[in-house]
Amino acid sequence: MPQPLIEFQDFSFQYFAQAEPTLRNISLKIYPGEKLLIVGPSGCGKSTLAHCINGLIPFSIRGKSSGSLKLKGQELASLNLFEISKTVGTVLQDSDSQFIGMTVAEDLAFAAENDVLPREELHRLVREAAEAVAISGHLKHAPTELSGGQKQRVAIGGILSDRVEMLLFDEPLANLDPASGKTAIELIDALQQKTGAAVLIIEHRLEDVLHRDVDRIVLMDEGRIIFDGLPDDLLSTGLLRQHGIREPLYLTALRYAGLDIYPEMQPHSIRSLRLKAEEKQKLQAWFEQTPPREVVSGRPLLFEAEDIHFRYDNGFAALRGVSLKLHQGELMAIVGKNGAGKSTFSKVICGFEKQQQGKLLFDDEDLMQLSVKERADHIAYVMQNPNLMLSQTLIADEVALGLRARAVPEDEIRRRSEEALRVCGLWPFRNWPVSALSYGQKKRLTVAAILSLNPQMIILDEPTAGQDYRHYTEIMEFLLSLSQRGLTIVLITHDMHLMQEYAERAVVFTDGRILADDLPSAVLTRPELIAEACLKETSLFALAKLCDIAAPEQFVQRFMDFERRLREQQSGKGVNSGQPL
Amino acid sequence: MVNLFNYIEKESPVHRLSGASKFALLILWMLAAMLSFNTPFLLILSLLSLFFFRLSHIRLGEVRFMLIFTLVFLVMNNLLIYLFSPELGVDIYHSRHLLFTIYGRYTVTQEQLLYHLNVILKYTATIPIVILFVATTHPSEFAASLNRLGLNYRIAYGVALALRYIPGLVSDFQAISLSQQARGIEMSKKESLFKRLKAASNIIIPLILSSFDRIEVISNAMELRGFGKHKKRSWYMSRDLVWEDFAAIALGFILLFYTIFWTVWNGGRYWNPFVA
Repeated sequence: MPQPLIEFQDFSFQYFAQAEPTLRNISLKIYPGEKLLIVGPSGCGKSTLAHCINGLIPFSIRGKSSGSLKLKGQELASLNLFEISKTVGTVLQDSDSQFIGMTVAEDLAFAAENDVLPREELHRLVREAAEAVAISGHLKHAPTELSGGQKQRVAIGGILSDRVEMLLFDEPLANLDPASGKTAIELIDALQQKTGAAVLIIEHRLEDVLHRDVDRIVLMDEGRIIFDGLPDDLLSTGLLRQHGIREPLYLTALRYAGLDIYPEMQPHSIRSLRLKAEEKQKLQAWFEQTPPREVVSGRPLLFEAEDIHFRYDNGFAALRGVSLKLHQGELMAIVGKNGAGKSTFSKVICGFEKQQQGKLLFDDEDLMQLSVKERADHIAYVMQNPNLMLSQTLIADEVALGLRARAVPEDEIRRRSEEALRVCGLWPFRNWPVSALSYGQKKRLTVAAILSLNPQMIILDEPTAGQDYRHYTEIMEFLLSLSQRGLTIVLITHDMHLMQEYAERAVVFTDGRILADDLPSAVLTRPELIAEACLKETSLFALAKLCDIAAPEQFVQRFMDFERRLREQQSGKGVNSGQPL
Repeated sequence: MVNLFNYIEKESPVHRLSGASKFALLILWMLAAMLSFNTPFLLILSLLSLFFFRLSHIRLGEVRFMLIFTLVFLVMNNLLIYLFSPELGVDIYHSRHLLFTIYGRYTVTQEQLLYHLNVILKYTATIPIVILFVATTHPSEFAASLNRLGLNYRIAYGVALALRYIPGLVSDFQAISLSQQARGIEMSKKESLFKRLKAASNIIIPLILSSFDRIEVISNAMELRGFGKHKKRSWYMSRDLVWEDFAAIALGFILLFYTIFWTVWNGGRYWNPFVA
């Protein structure tokens, strides 16, 4: 065995600000050239583990540690941050805020500048790095001119100039559209093969990472390592589900059909999956038995956009003739790549931007007559980042803010705040400071704050970004229950799972137009649509084809219907929706 | 590229100058123009600044906003001077050539007109140069050249970084403001000014918190990539000084020394054609 690059031995770590250790008795070896994936729910300690490896702990973030952590045989704490960064290159979670330079070229050069390399050398390195991550055409561009995927490529290029022996990626897929996420995983794979460096990926979107093979998966929960081994072995256990990680969808489908997953099946990828004839038959049988869901119809029209055109001051035509109808109680997803016009459309609806052409009708009332505030009485908008929405110190005040602005009497405010807080599960925390909430709770607080205003329609921008499966399910079930109460919900999202599982309808934006308006299962199974809108085909579709199911689109739809009924049953709401299972 | 500096990329002799030498010239030029009320000298400075502006290939349309902004100031400045002291020129030049009277104390004298001409010339001598500096200096190259002039690179980089982050701050501000409005906090003109100000204060807390988040992430990212490792650093955007740089700095010193010399020789800051 060669010397491990990284070696944890009975390592524990506790932040000074916390009562409990975040990492407990970690023992883990990472060898040169290995490709390792670390999965685990939010708060399981996986990001802390990454910070221990790249040296931010203990050099920037303080805490108490015990046990040993070695980098190439030397105690990591005896080195300094700069020495560590020569071996371990880190791409942080948020590729936007880690963009340091004013332009792409300067960001790529940053590490080499700090090494005082001569200017000619800097220019050569930048050219090479830009080529390696395919960003050469954008060297003079500012970060605001780049897409999420491009920013991430710059971040990766920035650590390449150091010829590191290990590349560390902290949630590389967060904030990327499905197609860019796929490209990112392919790029990471290609770079590893070219440089021979070890790769460590921290992510909870397991299926997306497994688009390219990994050598080992480590599952963490509550600061401990639960599993450390081959992907096929892990996927054959029920551990992922137990610890709140979503397993690949095709495996869930197999389990629903009553099949066992075992390592010889090669379950780590839909492309490698091997099924015996009788297993395929079992899946076919399940498909035929599963009843389709009834389609709800005859709901009253609530909102209508008619031929909306919008052009920004700089001349960019963001919307080019968008027409859309929304009915009461509908749950619709808007998908499409960055810059397709999704966010602009929601801004136009809320009145943040004014369309140059076209009509917006809400309950037959012309929205153009109303100010942003007046529109907000009907249509609420929840931003992606809750920290940008919350402005009060106490939770109760945050919820009351909009009501006070409307001069609602205090006892009425109390009644409506209570209702909103109860619906959002925040009633027990009403007297807490906002800052004490977790990210997911803050998200729910932003929803509570607008629910208290009794809107008929809510637009949510990436409601589940950065959430693990448990919190994701919590938020989405909550939104689903709101839509069942008659609230119209529009989700803007990159998350294909979310669209498949929860939306009744998917609208695909491309270049300021609506490309498709259909059932989510239909959208995710049309190749030409997938390519144009930078989406990703669902693995369920591939599974259906693998099992020779005649109508693969319907298979996808039935799977989702089945899951929905299962969830409704679990939460005891399956009274009036389809047959009992 | 969207940033405060509003750098406009072009190929010109002015763009080729390094940021530091342009900055030095700017400071010296401004000092000379501000000290002096030597009308012929100010006229030459104005012509010279227009000549440099032509040289830079910057079109007026590209800097329209700044031009209009300063033009408004120029008009306001002159108007206020005349409103409050219509015979300021008479006091300064110790002579009085009355042309005509508008109303009461508002007279028009040759001396007052000369004084206003001076004020206008000060604007025309400096504004084109300021706009030029802003439009032709790449912020990173400026930081690099400040570092070359001996400023600590941490401070120099801080300057560049602040410029890099201002657009993010602005977009955060807009996002917070819009979300507050969508919550029902009216900030449009339908609301009284006081209430709008109070509502604006609600934006500050999330803005500060989100800026802290940004600072934490960026400082971690910088450390991870070796910022602060050595006493020196090199710059991708740095440029070698060329003879034009030295010529520019020399020009700045010549202008300033001439002003000081002339003021001493003249026995005052004002060029006075009225006293023979």
